[in-house]
Amino acid sequence: MLTSSQGDGQVASMNDDSVHIAVRDLEMAYGTYLIQRDLTFDIKRGEIFVVMGGSGCGKSTLMRHLIGLKEPAGGAVYINGTNFWESSESERDEIMRNTGVLFQGGALWSSMTLAENVGMVLEQYTTLSPQEIKDIISLKLSLVGLAGFADFYPSEISGGMRKRAGLARAMSLDPDILFFDEPSAGLDPISSRRLDELILELQDSFGTTIVIVTHELASIFAVADDSVFLDPDTKTMIASGNPKTILKESTDPRVLAFLRRGEL
Amino acid sequence: MLGFIGDLMVAFVRFLAGKACFRGTDFLQLIQGCGLQALPIVTVIGLLIGVILAFVGAVQLKLFGAQVYVADLVAIATVREMGPLMTAIIMAGQSGAAFAATIGTMTVNEEVDALETSGFSPMEFLVLPRVLALTLMLPLLALYTDFMAIAGGAIVGVGAFDISFMQYVEQTRNAVPPLFFGLGLIKATIYGALVALAGCYYGMRSGRSASAVGYATTSAVVMGVILIIIATAITTVIYDMLGV
Ligand SMILES: Nc1ncnc2c1ncn2[C@@H]1O[C@H](COP(=O)(O)OP(=O)(O)OP(=O)(O)O)[C@@H](O)[C@H]1O
Ligand SMILES: [Mg+2]
Repeated sequence: MLTSSQGDGQVASMNDDSVHIAVRDLEMAYGTYLIQRDLTFDIKRGEIFVVMGGSGCGKSTLMRHLIGLKEPAGGAVYINGTNFWESSESERDEIMRNTGVLFQGGALWSSMTLAENVGMVLEQYTTLSPQEIKDIISLKLSLVGLAGFADFYPSEISGGMRKRAGLARAMSLDPDILFFDEPSAGLDPISSRRLDELILELQDSFGTTIVIVTHELASIFAVADDSVFLDPDTKTMIASGNPKTILKESTDPRVLAFLRRGEL
Repeated sequence: MLGFIGDLMVAFVRFLAGKACFRGTDFLQLIQGCGLQALPIVTVIGLLIGVILAFVGAVQLKLFGAQVYVADLVAIATVREMGPLMTAIIMAGQSGAAFAATIGTMTVNEEVDALETSGFSPMEFLVLPRVLALTLMLPLLALYTDFMAIAGGAIVGVGAFDISFMQYVEQTRNAVPPLFFGLGLIKATIYGALVALAGCYYGMRSGRSASAVGYATTSAVVMGVILIIIATAITTVIYDMLGV
């Protein structure tokens, strides 16, 4: 069932330092409504990991489990070798602080300007001077092409711009790991391409681990090192590994249909 | 709800210790929202309460030639009960609903999730400033309503029942000792906390859709009014037992 690039479907040991996030037998449910079960995979340090699957299969839900917003119905999520849901409050805070998240809709704080959105965590968690914080804010905003919009409120900019501002906020503390929920949805092709380049650059220069939820095939093949494929019918993962390898080696019609845009 | 109050207490203690993350500008905006913006409606309602009480009372008192006591009636009734009560009910519809709608919308937009993943407690950041703002503002508004109601009573008393203005003022002054204002303001403070709690509680529990936000808002208002009435009953009994 499991089409893995490693052939035997084995995953590396949890104590292996190259593993950033280890997911073991994860079961996700809303109340008694099962979303996915038996999810087991590793996200390695510094890699770009893609979560694929049709709409409504539980990709955003999986992300909520990986960033500590939702407790698993079964199984475990290990971050840097620590079981997140069994760790202490201070360990969790530490993990959360080293995690940047871009939500599906941007999730900017509506009562604050873009600059305040980006600067909020810097003020809270660093001892930088106001001038240094200002410099970082304008750097991050220009990185996502929003240099002139620092004093705009989220309600005054477009959906795609909100998404990019959310990206700037996620990167403000230079986290070890970044989560993107459909980063290119709502972006034009050129911005979307630039985003891919930015993602590769982040991986290259900072060694950031990046987890992306996306349907964008071009982007999947351009950036992904590794992936999982969630299926809504069997409610579990039906493929994992490098998407290019999956495309070459998989025999599962559901996976192939997705990766070939429905053409078999 | 008890767990919610417990979390709020923790946030409040952290706030007193200066450790809570709390934005001053947000707080000022909230103060403005639950204070200044409520003034026009509170003015109208206050005046009308005074007018109604004065009319109802004066017609009866006139039968005994005692219409001057209408000033006592209006002053005591509003300062001790009606002022805080009516203000609280208005604020349940105004601020309680606004709190539930704002926090509910933030839940839908994943803003509350974003707060949590950034390590900010939504309790400290969203709930605490709202509860503090309304708990502070409601007594002030209630005091203002009291004066408006007394003014409304004076208009009726002076205009329709041949009481001189000075007489009305004098009569009012003798009727309500400062203690009565204190008793009313204690009630108003309690109502403020309850209305804000109901608003924030339903906002935080809101589901992730537009209709869920609507439901949260309605629930917040209904629960706010219920809590106000229960608190009125309890405080009135306690005041009675204390003999004040
Ligand atoms: N709060 C919730 N309560 C109950 N069920 C939910 C909740 N949120 C999501 N679901 C259900 O979980 C399933 C997975 O939702 P999720 O948002 O994770 O999908 P997704 O893969 O991210 O889809 P999309 O690509 O459209 O964003 C859906 O079938 C949805 O009905
Ligand atoms: Mg999703």
